Amino acid sequence: MTALHPAAPDVRDLTARPEWPDATGHFGPYGGRFVPEALIAALDELSEAYEAMRVDPEFIAEYARLQRDYTGRPNPVTEVPKFAEHCGGARVLLKREDLNHTGSHKINNVLGQALLTKRIGKSRVIAETGAGQHGVATATAAALMGLSCTVYMGEEDTRRQALNVARMRLLGAEVIPVTTGSRTLKDAINEAFRDWVTNVETTNYVFGTVAGPHPFPAMVRDFQRVIGDEARAQVLEREGRLPDAVLACVGGGSNAIGIFTAFVPDADVRLIGLEAGGDGVETGRHASSITGGDPGVLHGARSYLLQDANGQTIESHSISAGLDYPGVGPEHAYLHDMGRAEYRPITDSEAMEAFALLCRTEGIIPAIESAHALAGAMKVGQELGPDALLLVNLSGRGDKDVETASAWFGLGEHGAPTDEDARAVEAGRGADPGPGLDEEQHATEGAVANHEAVAGQDAGEQA
Amino acid sequence: MSALQTVIEGARAEGRAALIAYLPVGYPDVDTSIAAMVAAVEGGADVVEVGVPYSDPGMDGPVIQEAVEVAVSAGVGMTDVLRAVAAVSAAGAVPVVMSYWNPIERYGVDRFADDLAAAGGAGAITPDLIPDEAAAWLSASERTGLDRVFLVAPSSTDARLAATIASCRGFVYAASTMGVTGSRATVGDAAERLVDRSREVSGDLPVCVGLGVSTGDQAAEVAGFADGVIVGSAYVRQLLDGRGADGVRVLSEELAAGVRRARVGA
Ligand SMILES: Cc1ncc(COP(=O)(O)O)c(C=O)c1O
Repeated sequence: MTALHPAAPDVRDLTARPEWPDATGHFGPYGGRFVPEALIAALDELSEAYEAMRVDPEFIAEYARLQRDYTGRPNPVTEVPKFAEHCGGARVLLKREDLNHTGSHKINNVLGQALLTKRIGKSRVIAETGAGQHGVATATAAALMGLSCTVYMGEEDTRRQALNVARMRLLGAEVIPVTTGSRTLKDAINEAFRDWVTNVETTNYVFGTVAGPHPFPAMVRDFQRVIGDEARAQVLEREGRLPDAVLACVGGGSNAIGIFTAFVPDADVRLIGLEAGGDGVETGRHASSITGGDPGVLHGARSYLLQDANGQTIESHSISAGLDYPGVGPEHAYLHDMGRAEYRPITDSEAMEAFALLCRTEGIIPAIESAHALAGAMKVGQELGPDALLLVNLSGRGDKDVETASAWFGLGEHGAPTDEDARAVEAGRGADPGPGLDEEQHATEGAVANHEAVAGQDAGEQA
Repeated sequence: MSALQTVIEGARAEGRAALIAYLPVGYPDVDTSIAAMVAAVEGGADVVEVGVPYSDPGMDGPVIQEAVEVAVSAGVGMTDVLRAVAAVSAAGAVPVVMSYWNPIERYGVDRFADDLAAAGGAGAITPDLIPDEAAAWLSASERTGLDRVFLVAPSSTDARLAATIASCRGFVYAASTMGVTGSRATVGDAAERLVDRSREVSGDLPVCVGLGVSTGDQAAEVAGFADGVIVGSAYVRQLLDGRGADGVRVLSEELAAGVRRARVGA
């Protein structure tokens, strides 16, 4: 691998953009625009308005003000020593995107795109959402800025993430359950594109991740890179050194690109993306587009995707609605091919084990998406050993996942899920709760054993 | 010369617009869909758009989605598509493949061009491929002499209109309304404006109009200003409603009468 930039971590211009994509949105062979001609004018308008906005001092000041006063940035970096005991003794720092207003990194992007919507004089926003976090963030920004808002969400996901559906509706957004195809995120994106092409004169599409046609991958990256810009400075300040590895979960890839971007020029820092391995990549029931897919075109860009011999998109599977997507942003495909970042699958079971561990060892309930990154840290920590310093992006909090986790672990009034149990299906899997909870684990003082964790009736009352 | 342009100019010589029918391969099954395409030809379609099923048809409305989902689940692929192309050609119409880009890329762009030419196909319409991204397809179609039809839209700038049309061969597909496929009560004057704008830069390349046409009267209206009338969802609706190849033939007859009714003053 070649050094991408000269290593001068302390003096480098942190706002310098990577050299990619090119002017037409290509990351090497990836990215671009594979959309109907009818949308090209809108994408050109967005690109042009965005390029003007991103250097406009008024925008920069307004965006910074919102990040500080509304989102609550900068959020902290938290060291998690008891969790780290399960990571081969490596030290683990969490970047706390879960503490943002609305509970995940998605707000970073949405505030930028909502300001852009106002700038181009449109009054309505649409969004797709999987876990509901991007939908909630978009509904929030729409409420804040007086825009009307429609969110497309796969019907399957509206059940898995019912809490977020209610949140969006409280915020004044219209939530449309999508009943086509696999009824998950990929179909919600198709439906949002259909809405956009029909209503493009009044409507802006606030895309939730670093996928889709140009300019979305570059624009969403620019809005999310604050994660890594902050974290890099925070780690340098407290440790006087850079981390050995930066880890993040990868659905479409926005939180991962967000934390990676600042570190891309630091050739000695490993960048590790954790994809959703579902039941295991070898079973074919997973959402690991890079590890288990190959290049093709989906949702407006060329990148890795899960596809069959006919070029049909294969349905993805993951316990995590936010990672349950058969594609991935083109910049990840590019970073992968050039060897600058590595991508690994994390199974549902591994993610849920890490989820439970962080809850019990550190008092932090992570989003199940983010738990994939935590599980990655458990593996990479074992590999690198006690001298290693790991930075993990905790992309969101787990409030929305309490139902799924309860079903998985057989907590609360919900008994262990079975095939007949609708909740088990909603939790994203079939019969078996899996080896998720590490019954042997005694390392944590004061940890509550599984069977005594929550009184069932009480848990049920709180939903 | 281009097979598509030849047949459309032949219609023009008769003082009418060409009728272009879209049907997806594999709904309700491959054989029935091919029989329906042949029936469309028998009813009077000059060109058949042979639709490649795709799992994520972002430009299609509910009618086409419903049919295509069945074909995708059944594993219908390019081999079936090529069989349909050959059948349409044997029935005496000009077959052109209509495909989202990924199935072609997956099959292999050069292999697709070779096999399509061998099956008697005129070329391909690619609704989510703009010429800017089409280098491989431009050279494969150049090499094999296939037609390549790109779309223009009411939102296309003059510059894009000129550039896109310069890359087209066969005809220009004017997507008449901003939206997805499906029947509409009125075709709207956006279509006529788009055709007029296209003609300023299209030279002798035919301009055909699609999106929203479902009846003989609408076909007549569009035939008043366009070289070809493209009908999709209304054909698919015949199959969804169980009227089969006969329903398709009857619709074709109605539409074929429509495209002949228009040019009284022309
Ligand atoms: C908390 C959280 N993390 C990660 C993701 C995955 O998206 P991305 O890969 O774009 O960060 C989501 C998506 O909903 C999410 O809610």
